[in-house]
Amino acid sequence: MKKLLILGAGTSGTMMANHMHKVLPHQEWEISIVDQDETHYYQPGFLFLPFDLIKSKQLKKSIKKFIPEGVHLVHGTIDRIDKEHDQVFLENGMVLSYDILIIATGTHIAPEEIEGMLEDQWQESIFDFYTYKGAVNLRNKLRMWPGGKLVVHISEMPIKCPVAPLEFAFLSDSYFLNKGIREKADITYVTPMSGAFTKPKATEALGHLLEQKNIKLVPDFNIERVDTENNKIIDYGGQEVAYDLLVTVPTNMGDEMVARSGMGDDLNYVPTDKNTLQTKIKDNIFAIGDATDLPASKAGSVAHFESEILTENIQRYIEGKELKKEFDGHTNCFVETGHGKALLIDFNYTQEPVRGVFPFSGVGPLSLLKETHMNHLGKLAFRWIYWNMLIQGKHIPFVTPTMSLAGKEIEESEQVES
Amino acid sequence: MSERTYAEINIDCNEEGYLTDLDQWNKDVAMDIAVEEGIELQEKHWEVLDYIQDQYRKEVPLTIRKIGKSGIVDIKTFYQLFPGGPLKKASRIAGIPKPVSCI
Ligand SMILES: Cc1cc2nc3c(=O)[nH]c(=O)nc-3n(C[C@H](O)[C@H](O)[C@H](O)COP(=O)(O)OP(=O)(O)OC[C@H]3O[C@@H](n4cnc5c(N)ncnc54)[C@H](O)[C@@H]3O)c2cc1C
Repeated sequence: MKKLLILGAGTSGTMMANHMHKVLPHQEWEISIVDQDETHYYQPGFLFLPFDLIKSKQLKKSIKKFIPEGVHLVHGTIDRIDKEHDQVFLENGMVLSYDILIIATGTHIAPEEIEGMLEDQWQESIFDFYTYKGAVNLRNKLRMWPGGKLVVHISEMPIKCPVAPLEFAFLSDSYFLNKGIREKADITYVTPMSGAFTKPKATEALGHLLEQKNIKLVPDFNIERVDTENNKIIDYGGQEVAYDLLVTVPTNMGDEMVARSGMGDDLNYVPTDKNTLQTKIKDNIFAIGDATDLPASKAGSVAHFESEILTENIQRYIEGKELKKEFDGHTNCFVETGHGKALLIDFNYTQEPVRGVFPFSGVGPLSLLKETHMNHLGKLAFRWIYWNMLIQGKHIPFVTPTMSLAGKEIEESEQVES
Repeated sequence: MSERTYAEINIDCNEEGYLTDLDQWNKDVAMDIAVEEGIELQEKHWEVLDYIQDQYRKEVPLTIRKIGKSGIVDIKTFYQLFPGGPLKKASRIAGIPKPVSCI
């Protein structure tokens, strides 16, 4: 029997287990998947939890439920990969060998990277919403919060779901309005980027929304430390921003396991070919999702597009065929803007987000880069799609893994180099 | 695309003043761009510029973090050398494209 081993049973690993179980002959291939957790979290819901817009139990299901019968689910923490001997060591002493390895260990927050962040004020006046626990604690804090200076902050790029902090700022505007304390809440958005977002068209549209909602923007802010005595964040250039409540997205890093295996970059991301998803480490090691160093957004929708291409490439690798250089960085993501509206962006490595309709040219029903109620319904539907289609490796109708230009308002000059 | 004159030669730049062809770069060009950015280049500046050009040629994406770990400058000094937006300013003076954060 040949062995396919998948590391991590989050969004990407679960999708790959389902895809590969479907395409590999069961009498020739044994598939195993390892995770340290027993719970699969719906991470996009962490954005809604702090505002009481979703119940905590809607975000958690058992990992086991989504792993197809016939695939071995191994519970344990991965210590390291021994690429010379095609083996993986777990902390509990187990050793797993493989013919083909897929790394899908994701990324997580590392608040210890910023001086002062992880001290006495962590989860008191400084919160994250990128973990289940952080989102629950922040919900409890916001329920009682009387108002003051709210600072929504990104520590360092790249982060997963790069629009989530903006959405957090938009949703807090509606939340305080609904509670009748908007005039007591002073909202500031602080980012290391030069504007609300990096791609020009989206930055313009999103920057405009910040203004409309009376949210202050502090761009080009590279945090050096948190001064918890005086409730300020300070950047390397000496800029200071004061807060009463700091909601930050700390530095995101790939798992330590990657560093222990001697394969990551300075943020523990796995060097991976951006078109084939084969790693630059060894030919029989592939990587997908947030764990890679691809210059694409770290998002579930991206991992979904990658999974369709990776499935085909692993089959080609087994057959000794050349891999398809097909992944184009396709990203499709809803941006919740508050008050029951959302906007949708669709882009790839070279095409920045533009206006238009999606997925059907001339019809929509979703609008690109424009706030509509229909887009908000799309975002809500994403949770159902996530649990029932996406992680089970089902193809989502009409949405292609590579980006389509149909329905988009493209100008010649908008093709950018990534 | 536009042309600007640095060190008495015409250099191809984009709208934001970043060189579009590193081959047109030389130290005199760098000094002229630095003047526009309000910076007088000293030895430490050149070391940083060397490093980021080298990374660019190796196609390694640049970040503030990476420069802080380069062993050439720490982040604080990098800010002192190129006040304001250090990575953007240093890239422009080094003749390489404006760094984009991957999203
Ligand atoms: C607040 C928030 C909002 C988001 N909103 C959206 C959205 O609207 N749309 C969208 O598409 N995406 C969104 N995302 C991003 C999306 O959730 C991630 O991109 C996606 O889950 C990535 O999947 P992954 O499998 O690569 O990583 P993960 O799903 O994080 O899975 C990694 C798995 O590896 C396991 N693991 C790691 N290290 C080890 C180890 N050493 N040993 C054993 N197991 C290990 C972990 O336990 C985990 O189960 C959001 C994320 C957040 C945080």
